[in-house]
Amino acid sequence: MSNKILIYIDQFQGAALPASWEALGVSSAIASDLSGEVLALVIGQDIKQVVSDAYQYGADQVYYADDASLKDYRPEPYTALIAKIASEQMPDVILFPTTTRGRELAGMSAIDLDTGVLPDVTQYTIRDGRILVTRPVYAGKLLVNATCDKNPQIITLRGRAFDKPEHDPSRSGEPIQVETVMAADDIQTEVIEYSTAEDGVSLTDAAVIVSGGRGVSNNPNLTAPDDLDEKQAEIWRAQQGFMLVGELAAVLDAAVGASRAAVDAGYVPYDIQVGQTGKVVSPDLYIACGISGAIQHLAGMRTSKVIVAINKDPDAPIFKLARFGVVGDLYQILPPLTETLRERLDK
Amino acid sequence: MNIVVCIKQTPDSAAKVVAENGQVSWGDSPLVMNPWDEYAVEAALTMQEEQGGDVTVISIGEEGVKDALKTGLAMGCSNAFLISDPAMQNADSQAVARVLAAAIQKIENVDIAFFGRQAIDGDMGVTAAQTARVLGWPILSLASSVGAVNGSIRVERNVEEGRQVVEGKLPVAVSVVKDIGDPRYPSFMGIRKANRATIPVWTLADLGIEAPDTNVRWPEIMNPPEHEITNEIVSGDSPDEIATILADKILSEKVL
Ligand SMILES: Cc1cc2nc3c(=O)[nH]c(=O)nc-3n(C[C@H](O)[C@H](O)[C@H](O)COP(=O)(O)OP(=O)(O)OC[C@H]3O[C@@H](n4cnc5c(N)ncnc54)[C@H](O)[C@@H]3O)c2cc1C
Repeated sequence: MSNKILIYIDQFQGAALPASWEALGVSSAIASDLSGEVLALVIGQDIKQVVSDAYQYGADQVYYADDASLKDYRPEPYTALIAKIASEQMPDVILFPTTTRGRELAGMSAIDLDTGVLPDVTQYTIRDGRILVTRPVYAGKLLVNATCDKNPQIITLRGRAFDKPEHDPSRSGEPIQVETVMAADDIQTEVIEYSTAEDGVSLTDAAVIVSGGRGVSNNPNLTAPDDLDEKQAEIWRAQQGFMLVGELAAVLDAAVGASRAAVDAGYVPYDIQVGQTGKVVSPDLYIACGISGAIQHLAGMRTSKVIVAINKDPDAPIFKLARFGVVGDLYQILPPLTETLRERLDK
Repeated sequence: MNIVVCIKQTPDSAAKVVAENGQVSWGDSPLVMNPWDEYAVEAALTMQEEQGGDVTVISIGEEGVKDALKTGLAMGCSNAFLISDPAMQNADSQAVARVLAAAIQKIENVDIAFFGRQAIDGDMGVTAAQTARVLGWPILSLASSVGAVNGSIRVERNVEEGRQVVEGKLPVAVSVVKDIGDPRYPSFMGIRKANRATIPVWTLADLGIEAPDTNVRWPEIMNPPEHEITNEIVSGDSPDEIATILADKILSEKVL
């Protein structure tokens, strides 16, 4: 009997998240090592494109559940489906991308299947048919090697930690439809409403991030409108600064991030906080503007490939991690930096 | 409303954590309530203020974990229990979830179990969902606001693509994120009460369960490889010149 690797393809409104394909690439690599086959599972409604893409990114067999009760992600019916396929197919390994949904489903499936889960893995090796993973702990201050002694070994893979596989349009297959497990009425949760974030690059998928900190509000030459109180004036100044951050980000197709100080001061929403209690990111380029580099912030971005810091204070700890640093005022540096890069990149 | 908060004790977020002889060391940094769990306590206490009832804070660990539970009492929780058993020494997340679920069942008639989104030591981020699954309760994860609406809990939650409003029928498990609101500081009275409190300790036998299986092992703890970074300060005579030099240097790294 051949070894099976089951991979859960995380999708939203019919579009797969990039980390899903990276995880599918890992599935294929593990399958070839264990001479096994890759079974992909897609759950949702109107997911044809994701199903055919799953073949084209390397799946050997795609299972899908397409139903109105699965349109909105809800963990209970999704977990029930994953557990059902896993009990029937008996995969050695089940992989998920580390998305909010992937992590949750991995944990819950581990309970249903009475096995273990290894979330947010950044490296792996195969030893005697078992997967030995490396995962960051303490927000990346340490790494652990870990294994799960029981099958299926349930693992979630961090986005951007693994290469996206080749898309081969010549591949296809006959997907197998799976019936829902939970009747619509038995599902104890209901999605009442949904609002999509403003368009823009998502922080965890971004190849480039431009972040602002408390320093972004610090421009004595800006005079806030008279009718604002002190706190409002500070936020107004910060918004001017974040506009400069945003303009640079736009030229670089980058996501905007922030330090906790900037979030706590009310300059920007919490969704974009980078750090130990925000998002952990690992872009190719991270530009920190007016961020001191507290240990909790560094924990969230230290594995970025190239870090650039712009800060007034030559002793700011962020400079220790920075490939390039500018000791100076972000209000003076950002506009010409944005202009120059716009020209160089022909934007 | 009968509310339970599941918390963990972790090293302070500012701790310089290193691996020494295969063990985690955080120097003389204090052990504290996991920062995320403070938000869970805050959410629980806010819910109690609106709906009445009790807030019970529980944790698994050794005697010293009572300090974290006392922080919960000082913030205003009504009761605290510690689950302590030598069998939980190297428990994996599944074992932890099964034990927390057993404790929640022992407390009886619990309507909501609150959790922080993850613990800042192991960064697993699965305990809330796993405990909910063991209990057979719906999970409302990553909640940024929580409210009660006749027999259900309504949360707003953050996902990659935006915000979602979801309702779950009681009893439910809820994990919270920072937007829930700043955790309150312990009051003077709260601290006095917490210092005087005796926190009951439950063993697995008290919960009426055997030690659950642990299938995950982590034989090796390592410091991350040192990134060889050459720090270079870019300078020039004017902001324009600095910006031009910096732009070219960034481009030369071939990351754009
Ligand atoms: C439990 C806990 C969890 C935490 N989690 C996080 C987290 O997830 N993420 C996070 O970021 N922080 C986190 N923190 C907070 C962290 O300790 C710092 O307080 C925070 O990162 C500081 O943000 P900052 O660098 O923007 O502000 P500051 O430390 O105030 O730094 C501002 C910097 O801007 C510079 N500056 C000022 N004006 C200018 C200018 N005009 N041009 C250029 N530079 C200028 C200053 O020199 C200074 O270095 C956490 C703290 C705790 C206790």
